[in-house]
Amino acid sequence: MNDDPIISVRGLRNSFGEHVVHENLDIDVQQGEILGVVGGSGTGKSVLLRSIIGLQEPDEGEISIFGEQIDCATAEENLDLRRRWGVLFQNGALFSTLTVAENVQVPLREFYKNIDEDLLCEIATFKIVMSGLKAEDAPKYPSELSGGMRKRAALARSLALDPRLLFLDEPTAGLDPIGAAAFDNLILELKEALGLTIFLITHDLDTLHTICDRVAVLADKKVIASGTIEELLALDHPWIQEYFNGPRGRAALAAKG
Amino acid sequence: MSLDADFTELDEGGERVVRFSGRLTIARLGDVPQRLDTLEFHPAQADVSAVDRVDTVGAWILHKLTRDYGAEIVGASDRAQRLIRQVTIADDPAKSRHDDEGLFRRTLERVGESTLEALSSLKGLLAFFGGLLIATGRVIRHPSRLRINSVVQRFETVGISALGIIGLMSFLIGIVIAQQGAVQLRQFGAEVFTINLVGRITTRELGVLMTAIMVAGRSGSAFAAQIGSMKLAEEIDAMRTIGVPPMEALILPRVLATTLLMPLLGFYSTVLMIAGGGLLCWIGLGIPPETFILRLREVVPMTDLWVGLIKAPVFGMIIGLAGCYQGMQVHGNNEEVGLRTTAAVVQAIFLVIVLDAFFAVFFSSIGWG
Repeated sequence: MNDDPIISVRGLRNSFGEHVVHENLDIDVQQGEILGVVGGSGTGKSVLLRSIIGLQEPDEGEISIFGEQIDCATAEENLDLRRRWGVLFQNGALFSTLTVAENVQVPLREFYKNIDEDLLCEIATFKIVMSGLKAEDAPKYPSELSGGMRKRAALARSLALDPRLLFLDEPTAGLDPIGAAAFDNLILELKEALGLTIFLITHDLDTLHTICDRVAVLADKKVIASGTIEELLALDHPWIQEYFNGPRGRAALAAKG
Repeated sequence: MSLDADFTELDEGGERVVRFSGRLTIARLGDVPQRLDTLEFHPAQADVSAVDRVDTVGAWILHKLTRDYGAEIVGASDRAQRLIRQVTIADDPAKSRHDDEGLFRRTLERVGESTLEALSSLKGLLAFFGGLLIATGRVIRHPSRLRINSVVQRFETVGISALGIIGLMSFLIGIVIAQQGAVQLRQFGAEVFTINLVGRITTRELGVLMTAIMVAGRSGSAFAAQIGSMKLAEEIDAMRTIGVPPMEALILPRVLATTLLMPLLGFYSTVLMIAGGGLLCWIGLGIPPETFILRLREVVPMTDLWVGLIKAPVFGMIIGLAGCYQGMQVHGNNEEVGLRTTAAVVQAIFLVIVLDAFFAVFFSSIGWG
């Protein structure tokens, strides 16, 4: 294990027509940490995520993951990178025509064609159970699941290939407080057990307080600060102060005790 | 040392031991799981001290050795032990796959299911028609509830934008009928009867029928897809909550548009088919347009036109109904939208042709043959 960051973004610039979303943005994610990314609506949190996982080509800037620069990577290297990370999209993005078990098997089948069917089924089942669902949910279709269960099923799919790096886009959005807290614990547990590094976008202050090791604040088209919440609170930036010291921020801090 | 997972079976002091080597990860497993399944003895120990790396799949395989044979795992690293604990917790004996049933039973089941489905679909369509009539009654009593903008907009998409394609299709079909008819009738020296053929078959049947098929493919499918996607996005539920009945706001304008526009489109199509036929008669058979029209007026009775025009609104209504009904049946996932769109077109064309047969019998029996 070394100290090089798992994700390193330098000088990123993204724009849609005239509208510049990111300008000269730098961000690092260290091995084994949970980095929370916060920012107001429209500050380009999801665009940042999409740039890192290669769904959106940046105008400028260097992005390297596991020490490999992704825009220089060949198609084969890119595929190999994809095998080493998992992504949980905001609404789950489960394939609606496949059952939960089949959804989890999709990446397995794609990358490892010669696994036998029984083992594949067992793998899918224990990943589903690991993500907090029951084995009898495996043959269900996404439309038969509640919002929270769908998130868990999507998490099972993103963990299918034993990734070292996990991207979560607002994992607790739309969950009730109990479900959200349970999901936070699940993420923390899985991170410990599987040795994950997690890049997490969230609006949920409780999530930030309970599971994030570090928080990066996105504003004015770049990362204006990153560090533990205590470090951020010491800064004198109006948005950060309002975010963490607003009524909800204080409540979350008090809840953490 | 190779990175591929492998194991050897040993006998240590009377105890059977499997010793693993390489990487116990999904990428390097190879045939290890199959070979473990066919072990002849029950290992008492699984030695993983020589294993380089373990992932959850490797941990699962080790866990199965413990679960199925009671084997003790020795030499596991901290990380491997954590993973094995994690998958042990995640082992849920409940079945995650349905058992396969026999072919005969499956076939029988499928036949039964589709029969029931066809019947319930027809019943649903009838109930839907009833609902639409009630909504129509309400709108007739309170004419201000008719969403006139919506109706006019449907008129445009169903009617005006279809003029080009329906016109072209009809014109070409007219040419084909005249050409094929002329070839056959020439054998009897009766080429002049091509005019009877073109005139009567287009006004009575083909004008309206081909238009119905085109409208079903163009508008019926669009209705199903639009309403289906709205249903998935809960827009229909939102309308109901606000107090806008979907029957009045979505379905009535659409069905009204197809019902009112089918006679117009059917007539337009008939005229263009006759024009196509006339063109071929002129060029191919040397019958000048004046003669063609004169002869047409002699051989095509007015009742033929009525036959076509009476059928048209009925077909239009069926197309609109089937499209909207199938759209409203969408639930669950996006694939359903595609299935229901197909079903809308198939159901509409099928019902149109069945009804056309009834109309044919009916009109001949009242002497409009």
